[in-house]
Amino acid sequence: MTVPRKPAPAQPFRLPHGGAIDRSQPLRFRFDGCDHDGFAGDTLASALLANGVHLVGRSFKYHRPRGIVAAGAEEPNALVQLDTGARTEPNVRATTIELYDGLVAASQNRWPSLRLDAGALASAVSRLLPAGFYYKTFMWPASPRGWRFYEHWIRRAAGLGVGASASDPGRYAHRHAHCDVLVVGAGPAGLAAARAAAASGARVIVCDEEREPGGRLRGVAGASVDGTSAPAWLAAVGRELAAHPQVTMLARTTAFGYYDHNLVGLVERCPGAASEHLRERVWHVRARRVVLATGAHERPIAYAGNDLPGTLLAGAARAYVERFAVRPGRRAVVFTNNDTAHAAALVLHAAGVEIAAIVDVRPDTALVGHWPGQARAARLPILAGSVVEQARGRLHVRGVDVASRDSGARCAITCDLVCVSGGWNPAVHLHSQARGTLRYDDALATFVPAAAAQAVASAGAANGCDGLAAALAEGHAAGLAAAAALDLVAVTPPPAPAATVATTGPLEACWSIPARSRGAPSFVDWQNDVTTADVALAVREGYTSVEHLKRYTTLGMGTDQGKTANVVGLALLAQLLNRPVQSIGTTTFRPPYTPVTLGAVAGHEAGPFLEPTRRSALHDWHAAHGARFVTAGLWLRPHSYPRPGETPDDAANREARNVRTNAGIVDVSTLGKIELQGRDVATLLDRVYVNRFDNLAVGRCRYGLMLRDDGIVQDDGTVSRIAPTHYLVTTTTVNAVRVMQQLEYLIQVEWPELDVYATSVTEQWCAAALSGPKSRAILARIVDIDVASAAVPFLAITRCTVNTPAGAVPARLLRVSYSGELAFELHVPADQGPAMWEAVLAAGEDLGIMAYGTEAMSTLRIEKGHIVVGAEADGRTTADDLGMGKLVNAGKWCIGKPLLSREALVAPDRWQLVGLTADEPAVPIPRGAKLVADPDRAAPNPMLGHVTSWCWSPNLDAWIALALLDNGRARHGTTLWAVSPLADARVRVRVGPPAFVDPDGERLRG
Amino acid sequence: MLLIPCPWCGPRNQIEFSYGGDATVRRPPLDAPMEAWTDYVYLRDNPRGPHDELWLHAAGCRRWVVVRRDTRTHEIAGSAAAGPGPAGAGRVIDASGGPPAEAA
Amino acid sequence: MAQPVTLPRTLKYSIFSLARNAVTFHEHWPLAWRSPPPKPRYDAIVIGGGGHGLATAYYLAKEHGIANVAVVEKGWLGGGNTGRNTTIVRSNYHLDPNAHFYELSMKLWETLSHELNFNVMYSARGVLNLLHAPAEVDAAMRRGNAMRLNGIDATYLTREQVAARVPRLDCSAHARFPILGGLLQPRGGTVRHDAVAWGYARAADALGVDILQQCEVTAIRVADGAVTGVETTRGAIAAPRVGLAVAGHSSQVAALAGLRLPIESHVLQAMVSEPVKPVLDTVVTSGAVHFYISQSDKGELVMGGDLDFYNSYAQRGNLPIVEHVVGACLALFPSFGRLKLLRTWGGIMDMTMDGSPIIATLPVKGLTMTGGWCYGGFKATPASGFLHAYTMARGEPHALNAAFTLERFAQGRVIDEKGAGPYAWSH
Repeated sequence: MTVPRKPAPAQPFRLPHGGAIDRSQPLRFRFDGCDHDGFAGDTLASALLANGVHLVGRSFKYHRPRGIVAAGAEEPNALVQLDTGARTEPNVRATTIELYDGLVAASQNRWPSLRLDAGALASAVSRLLPAGFYYKTFMWPASPRGWRFYEHWIRRAAGLGVGASASDPGRYAHRHAHCDVLVVGAGPAGLAAARAAAASGARVIVCDEEREPGGRLRGVAGASVDGTSAPAWLAAVGRELAAHPQVTMLARTTAFGYYDHNLVGLVERCPGAASEHLRERVWHVRARRVVLATGAHERPIAYAGNDLPGTLLAGAARAYVERFAVRPGRRAVVFTNNDTAHAAALVLHAAGVEIAAIVDVRPDTALVGHWPGQARAARLPILAGSVVEQARGRLHVRGVDVASRDSGARCAITCDLVCVSGGWNPAVHLHSQARGTLRYDDALATFVPAAAAQAVASAGAANGCDGLAAALAEGHAAGLAAAAALDLVAVTPPPAPAATVATTGPLEACWSIPARSRGAPSFVDWQNDVTTADVALAVREGYTSVEHLKRYTTLGMGTDQGKTANVVGLALLAQLLNRPVQSIGTTTFRPPYTPVTLGAVAGHEAGPFLEPTRRSALHDWHAAHGARFVTAGLWLRPHSYPRPGETPDDAANREARNVRTNAGIVDVSTLGKIELQGRDVATLLDRVYVNRFDNLAVGRCRYGLMLRDDGIVQDDGTVSRIAPTHYLVTTTTVNAVRVMQQLEYLIQVEWPELDVYATSVTEQWCAAALSGPKSRAILARIVDIDVASAAVPFLAITRCTVNTPAGAVPARLLRVSYSGELAFELHVPADQGPAMWEAVLAAGEDLGIMAYGTEAMSTLRIEKGHIVVGAEADGRTTADDLGMGKLVNAGKWCIGKPLLSREALVAPDRWQLVGLTADEPAVPIPRGAKLVADPDRAAPNPMLGHVTSWCWSPNLDAWIALALLDNGRARHGTTLWAVSPLADARVRVRVGPPAFVDPDGERLRG
Repeated sequence: MLLIPCPWCGPRNQIEFSYGGDATVRRPPLDAPMEAWTDYVYLRDNPRGPHDELWLHAAGCRRWVVVRRDTRTHEIAGSAAAGPGPAGAGRVIDASGGPPAEAA
Repeated sequence: MAQPVTLPRTLKYSIFSLARNAVTFHEHWPLAWRSPPPKPRYDAIVIGGGGHGLATAYYLAKEHGIANVAVVEKGWLGGGNTGRNTTIVRSNYHLDPNAHFYELSMKLWETLSHELNFNVMYSARGVLNLLHAPAEVDAAMRRGNAMRLNGIDATYLTREQVAARVPRLDCSAHARFPILGGLLQPRGGTVRHDAVAWGYARAADALGVDILQQCEVTAIRVADGAVTGVETTRGAIAAPRVGLAVAGHSSQVAALAGLRLPIESHVLQAMVSEPVKPVLDTVVTSGAVHFYISQSDKGELVMGGDLDFYNSYAQRGNLPIVEHVVGACLALFPSFGRLKLLRTWGGIMDMTMDGSPIIATLPVKGLTMTGGWCYGGFKATPASGFLHAYTMARGEPHALNAAFTLERFAQGRVIDEKGAGPYAWSH
């Protein structure tokens, strides 16, 4: 921030009394480096207006000076950069920022200053920049990168505010809630609805985006409800609902999205700025019924210069007086086509704002309503049948030219405030998000809710109803109806709140006033600088659907999503096409209703909590022993255990070598483990695996291969028969969940007649593989059974107990080998895993046992030629491609088998599993290498296959690899090139069978 | 977020379930011709309207259920056990006042 | 508004025509395309007025001299997935058929603005795949090497190079998904999606193609196993060739000809933040967290992620995916926490059973389709139109779409880039 200038005179536009502000709490804030004063209860917008600051921003495209036009969430212009550093927030609507002491805000999208903005040059050449101009130019030079040149400058010019460069310190949360009736909006209709529903015994949630309930009724001293003044009634009802045990009142809470099955998303802004404080909370409210009392947004009328600072929507000008005791100007011209602006004029007049004229497009004969009558009685000058043709001024409106519609007579009126009202648009956003339909209402000249598609009803201004009395009655009825729909009826239904009915005259649709001088822009969408001429151009060029208009002109695509602009744009489109507005329709209303902080949308599930991190029962031991971890899906697994001075790869090589010479132990707990019990398990397994299991003896294990429905290899693992009707199946780490779900489907849905029960026990068991020539000797020292080959042959499973310092640990002992060495797997209850693990290491210490990680495990299995699902079995390979065609039992059916015989799956050009050895030991096989015949051939260079797994084999002192190779089994003995253009690396490799160590398996059977 | 009626647990949020696709496809008899198998694996009606589909109540009772959901509006007419249901096969619970789905 | 029935004066777009029209307050720009009444007969009908259908019509007229073509669109042109995607273009594929097909598309993107005299804003800002695990690096390098051997640009970036190119990324070791490196396709980037539909529409119209909006096909006429035309809400239209370009609804339209497809329709959501000054000049994707993001020229962060994971024809999604996408965004870009979500929407994806498209002749003579795009439809638009036009004109596929047949599933010749199997929503 720049050095503050001398504080401006204190709040020259603040009224001496009135308003829902707390004058006992003065607040100091800073805007664009200048200090100002305000009061608690102010918004940044009201405080700025109180200090006479109207110019607050520059428009997106032409950088035109812009002021505050609204008093709520629909504000299109007054977007500011709030706060600084990591807490800075771009594009915040000044009309929704509650003022706090020390608030710092700055205007956006201007340089060097708001008053003197270089970007305003765009305004000077705006005639060169009509809607969609960028589709017609910036095409020279004719180079693929040509646009990048222009884009660079366009990107810098665009973009409004600036995002923080440091991490957001804010905290956010999510909360789920259920209720009978959710009432969105706590204006008169919403309060009446909530009260009626609660009185009927419904559990009610009421939310409102503002600080306190009341909506447009806040501060309206003139009105009365149930015989008391409106503010008093609001306070009473607010207290009543807040105290009601069945009612939850949520202030500062915006319903941003209406989703399927009556789930409504709310975002609650929690007061307080400290970073440790919860900043925002998203509610997922599942409501049995919803009442939408979301009110209405006033719309402007387009005329030349209608975007000058000092131009406000009439209702907003009134709100600033009544709610915040702020005069938005000294001398006002009110321009309207309906009665509500007359009421606003009276409020401004009473507040000491001189009403220079009420310019009403309607003829005098149409001004029959209550408020025009009051205006006449107050001697306010009314120019009926007249329009504002254009406003004059540079950084602030200085006056307007008014023309009579029939005589054409013109007059200039000096003013510093223009209050405009083109009518009101119900806030139908949530109704439409809930798939409700809309109807164009000619009397209101806007779209109102028609049929609802979910358990929802609209009430009050949101439903197009006119006036306080009607809103109260409709809200009350909607509340009772919502409760009644849930069979909740009050014994003695409370009476509807009553207010005096003010007669209103008819509104006359008026969208834009033709400019006298060609090319003088009349704005439809303030934020995106869409003018009436842009709409005309779009139609002229054939962009005549509402979506084309929106996308070609960017109408309604700003951060305000066109809340004030869309209906005007649609009406102008209809006029130009000479079609009824109804037939034009609207663009689709998309969530969110107003922009929602990304942090709040993510809630807790961000950063480290985006996904759970899975750790094995042995994780702490790994960490304590210097493991370098690697992620495998959600799991953390030890890559290797580097010693001082060792690289992780050195360590892995040491570990791998040690397994072949002595023994090693590796954590295999992440493997999926599923227990199957029941009479028909064997039948199920025979249908799920390609090989047979009905003939698997109790106490024996067998490797199993599983296909997808399309015949492609899905998963592999071991199947162990623990007892006649009790099996243990292991899956790969990645497929554990999918295989379990599939088995459950088959058991529950396809073959319910099978007596099989499946339980996932992955987390319940800790598993470790002990491999190496000395593994049996080590095992013998700590288990209570004979582990000689005669007693525990290869592919046997048995029970035993492991003796540990912590006591005897029950275990399952499997004699299976992934490393190719003599090996055993110990499965013990997870909580006893560490005891088992340490006992094995202690028992093997003098025999040279070492723990080894996934990298050494990978090296060992590559040397042995064992496949990995995900590498060799890549979702495109068949059992035969992997050299396991014989495993597919010819005598039985299994899942995937029928499609195995499709022509392409038995063709000779299949990529088959082979082993590769690098010609020169010094030259590594590059990572992710492809196999080609001629490495120097120009692209496209046909690929014969690719390396799937590779390693430096410490036991063969060579770079070896497994690969999938076109017709690979026929190429044994030939040489090819493994190349990596990415790494600019290549090596000549010799093709052979995929087994480098102990191809006949003597070691593992030993 | 969808509210999926589980025949065992009652209405539950979509996030408790995982999707299993079209519930109307049936594995052909083992001696069926190749065409029947490829149709079963690959071809779908993909209706624009009511769709009987499989959901696994993964974070709940771990039962597979059939849900009849309109693919245009996401409205759920009802659900049933995908296999033998609770309290007798094919019990249907009505989700949103729409017509209940037949037993799967 | 009166529609000229004759071809309008097609005015070349340039800074000069813009300046000339500025003088007359842009009151003399011609229609970008006509809205003619349907003729009773055409040489070819393309069903679907999105990017693919309009491109098909354009190349039919330009490459094959078949200009008497109708594009039949039930809504407004460009109203489907063409205007609902995240505008990313790339050809960083592993399998040969995909690589060669999408590379043709890249080559066409590079010259499309001039080809069409309509600025589609092809922005070669680079597409960067983040790699978070060693196995991901292996797979990415395998893919990158395949790209290079196929003549497609690809480079591997170290973690440091990734951090330098995308400073806002959390490249720290303690990140939930630590970044080990990245695979970059420098020529990848973004294209202004609406401009593609409008540019092809204007260029096709100028060549004489009739674009019939608000015209829904209600039936496909078939006689003796050959297509003879379509019935529409604006009357029957005859043609010896009918091409389907209706991704999202391919199953529905194919069913009019009695065909079933290996396709499911799923909703994919996309979303944008409020516009901010430039913070991201590269398209960044992460397979591990299912997330992709770029910053539009307007300053909005454009994001997407996973499907909603259930069949749907509703162009709207639900909260869980939105929350996951934004969570992924903040895990990778912690400084975006106070930016705001501005708009979310959904598009309907043709999810095929192998994740690859179908651009092929169908079992009815004269009937062809381009569709089955899964996530990949937008970037394929030019090549899809080019090859579909070839297939419609010649009655047989071009070498570059010969693999994308309907029969490949029954034959076992699937093109499964992910290896995810015959489960539509897993691609």
